[in-house]
Amino acid sequence: MFLRMILRAFLRQWKKMAMIAFTIALGSSLATAMLCVMMDVGDKVNQELKTYGANIKVVPKDASIINELYDTDGENMSGAYLREDELGKIKTIFWAFNIVDYAPFISTNASLNGGDEVTVTGTWFNHHMELPTGETLDAGVVSMRSWWEIIAGDWIDEQNGDDRDVAMVGKALAEANGIKVGDTIDLKGSSGEKSLLVSAIFDAGGDEDDQVYVYLDTAQVLAALDGKVDSIEVSALTTPDNELAEKAAADPSSLSIAQKETWLCTAYVSAICYQIQEVITDSVASAVRQVADSEGEILNKTQLLMMLITVLSLVGAALGICNLVTASVMERAQEIGLMKAIGAQNPSITGLVLTEILLTAIIGGIAGFFAGIGFAQIIGHSVFASAISVRPMVIPIVAVLVFIVTLIGCIPAIKMLLGLRPTEVLHGR
Amino acid sequence: MSLLELKNVSKIYGNLHALDNVSLTVEKGEWVAIMGPSGSGKSTMMNIIGCMDKASEGEVLLDGVDISKESSKSLTNIRRDKIGLIFQQFHLVSYLTALENVMLAQYYHSIPDEKEALEALEKVGLADRAKHFPSQLSGGEQQRVCVARALINYPEIILADEPTGNLDEANEEIVVELFRKLHEDGTTLIVVTHDPEVAEVAQRTLVLRNGKLDHETVNKNFTGHIKYNL
Ligand SMILES: Nc1ncnc2c1ncn2[C@@H]1O[C@H](COP(=O)(O)OP(=O)(O)OP(=O)(O)O)[C@@H](O)[C@H]1O
Ligand SMILES: [Mg+2]
Repeated sequence: MFLRMILRAFLRQWKKMAMIAFTIALGSSLATAMLCVMMDVGDKVNQELKTYGANIKVVPKDASIINELYDTDGENMSGAYLREDELGKIKTIFWAFNIVDYAPFISTNASLNGGDEVTVTGTWFNHHMELPTGETLDAGVVSMRSWWEIIAGDWIDEQNGDDRDVAMVGKALAEANGIKVGDTIDLKGSSGEKSLLVSAIFDAGGDEDDQVYVYLDTAQVLAALDGKVDSIEVSALTTPDNELAEKAAADPSSLSIAQKETWLCTAYVSAICYQIQEVITDSVASAVRQVADSEGEILNKTQLLMMLITVLSLVGAALGICNLVTASVMERAQEIGLMKAIGAQNPSITGLVLTEILLTAIIGGIAGFFAGIGFAQIIGHSVFASAISVRPMVIPIVAVLVFIVTLIGCIPAIKMLLGLRPTEVLHGR
Repeated sequence: MSLLELKNVSKIYGNLHALDNVSLTVEKGEWVAIMGPSGSGKSTMMNIIGCMDKASEGEVLLDGVDISKESSKSLTNIRRDKIGLIFQQFHLVSYLTALENVMLAQYYHSIPDEKEALEALEKVGLADRAKHFPSQLSGGEQQRVCVARALINYPEIILADEPTGNLDEANEEIVVELFRKLHEDGTTLIVVTHDPEVAEVAQRTLVLRNGKLDHETVNKNFTGHIKYNL
């Protein structure tokens, strides 16, 4: 009988129920979209911010001292190097997940086509790594220097198995020497020679425009620096610094044990630097400060904004539901009075109305959930230019939110329903 | 013991005495009509007897229980178990069929029994309209559904507040005929009416005026059949 009544009530007032379902769907779709984006936004903002380059730079310890003393402008005058075979360790530190990209660099001088000396930089382009965790990572300058404009040709692709004797030439250098894509250039370094096919001309808008970019091993051959790198740039997702982080950055040994634990367990840029130093022999990792700070801050602010939108959309939905349900109960006052008159107790009528509304809410909520996933994709594509993956966590959160919002929306109607006296509605006064 | 006993019952709204010190008794199986001008307190009295409202003063004994002292929850239970209500405006649930409307009373009382509900509709001559919705029924038919609903749980007392107020003579006669059958089955009937012909079929007529019991007439040649003074 109960089911029959519910079914009949639905058939009879499907328009009103559809309105309620629609309101709930709106709320739940916005909540779903925002939650999806919010949970995925870390990765997205991350990818976005990778394009602003590294926020941590790792150099050999000796080089760092000399740099400080003589302001060498980053040039390696010390003769100290980092070890290439240790690069993989960066993805084994506690904050490995926060490390989204990194690339080694080694610079040397070589004479170009038997003429002037040019700076040749060896690096990773889109170096593929299989991590011990089973993850894979494509790291290198393709993503870390994504603002470079490729004027002609294409980025060197490490993964297509092409010839490794290729080079990318900076715009200024190419113009000065009349180098075009497809040309072959000869480089003669201090201890080796290489003939390289020019695969691209790039415009970096900086010093790099006068350089040649090659595979790491190519530069190592030219300079006889097998297995060595000058520096590593790391792009890491970080938490904005606070007092503790600043104190630790100044001197990690000044922390108490508890403080140190907190510090190491928070993704402060200084904590990540510290951990990188531990795995890379004789290295100094330091923050390229502004970028590191803003990454975390932008992320926090974006998430706060989304949280606000979610809350507002739910409040809106609650108000809407409240209106509709109250109107519906008011319209059914006679029917409800009658049910009371023929012996229905308050709980059973409340149960009936709530069941109706909650069923509607479930339908609306599910519809809204899928619409919300759609919205999330739209947001993902228009804002981050990539799909948003839906975390399973979103489902229970949205379900609980819809449930709570619906119940809250029903409160005034239920109050009215409880206070309704059959004599008031049955005699047509 | 009388089925119903009102002792000095008053219902006061502000300074208006809708019911003013009314005392009366109704025996089991009696058929009583209540008349009186508009605003004389008839509905007020029916609401109090029907456990939908509480008296401001006085005692109301139904089956020996003083219902003026009960909580609204137990009033609902008493109403459900002992009272059948019929209203002037029919009051059927619009989205339920005639049969389901009758079953609704069973549902809140105990468990719905479709067969029994159909029998009740048969009694009021509407077995063939069981699957119709109220909007598809005439006023008279709707009121007959209400009668079927009122009698489905075998109430001790049926309260009808102007049951024929919205009906034409033919339907009025059908409804009165149903009351006569209920009376024969031993059901106590209290019927509020403006219609002297409907009042005349009852065994006893009480007349209210300004909330007071004005006078009472007993129908000596009671048959239960309606007589029209044509
Ligand atoms: N809830 C209320 N608040 C204030 N006054 C009320 C209330 N209910 C009824 N009254 C008043 O009590 C008096 C009796 O009303 P009641 O409905 O009992 O009259 P009635 O005899 O049924 O009239 P009618 O024949 O028109 O149905 C009226 O004057 C009415 O205005
Ligand atoms: Mg009345």
